[in-house]
Amino acid sequence: MKIGLLHSLIRKDEKFLIDEFNKKKGIELVMIDDREIKFNIGKDKFNLDIVVERCINHSRALHGLKLFETAGIKCVNTYSVATICGDKLLTSCALADHKVPQPEVRVAFTEESALKTIEEMGYPVVLKPAVGSWGRLLSKVNDRDAAEAILEHKAVLGSYHHSIFYIQKYVEKKGKDIRSFVVGDKCIAAIYRSSAHWITNTARGGVATNCPVTDELNDISVRAAKAVGGGIVAIDVFETTQGLMVNEVNYTMEYKNSITTTGVNIPQKMVEYILQVAEGRK
Amino acid sequence: MKTECPVCGAQIELASDAVQGELIGCPDCGTELEIVSVNPPQVKEAPQEEEDWGE
Repeated sequence: MKIGLLHSLIRKDEKFLIDEFNKKKGIELVMIDDREIKFNIGKDKFNLDIVVERCINHSRALHGLKLFETAGIKCVNTYSVATICGDKLLTSCALADHKVPQPEVRVAFTEESALKTIEEMGYPVVLKPAVGSWGRLLSKVNDRDAAEAILEHKAVLGSYHHSIFYIQKYVEKKGKDIRSFVVGDKCIAAIYRSSAHWITNTARGGVATNCPVTDELNDISVRAAKAVGGGIVAIDVFETTQGLMVNEVNYTMEYKNSITTTGVNIPQKMVEYILQVAEGRK
Repeated sequence: MKTECPVCGAQIELASDAVQGELIGCPDCGTELEIVSVNPPQVKEAPQEEEDWGE
């Protein structure tokens, strides 16, 4: 079986995955560097059973997946999943369609309507770029003065993407949230991400500790994964007084700090799932 | 399997399972490096973070 690994830089996450693939017999791992690959639309013929997407750049992941799928190659995750997860607005719509609990989200297209929306929601709120990562350019807006300033800056200094105002009601998470890992039909592990800062991403200094996978966490995580189309995804979950809520779903999940923390060999579970998809068993 | 850090000149020995494209840190200056070739061993400074990097 020939597995294509679409990548750019090989981080610890990819290295762990490569190591797990190399432990399997009868697997040929074909490394596909997104900085070198060229596509010829409609004429591409790839001798691969499946492509595993592990790009760092969202734009390359998205377009690479589309191009491989157009050439008839199965991909994990799919282009559709990457499209939805790569856009917080689309993710929120998918979660709403599937009745998965999430914090209140409103969207507006102009500074004026965004300000009115924020005033209606009440402070604090979080303004997020619909397409963005690693907690960058998130703004916690505590009052009207801050709202006016941030909205003006986004409208004047940002690209047009930043004038799609994605506004989320701020959730008091008491210094931590949950990152759960879903592979296929199961939440295989989870961590707490703790930080004195309201942004808890480990890329921003959040500290990881093990989080037991309860039935409730498994249920909401798997439902969120299915809402975006399934596969291998990481779910950001808030613990609130109204129960668990899904904040975001990530399609190229990062897990290097979570293997030892959880005691779960996450890349091994990923490889087992990918082989099942390649063989048509999933 | 030895090469040199392009920033500080320290000797860097690639691991036996090193792969092209892998990120490593210089043990002396801490610079993040990308392995551009395993044989012969060659490294360069890793690319800077781009706007659409990450999950």
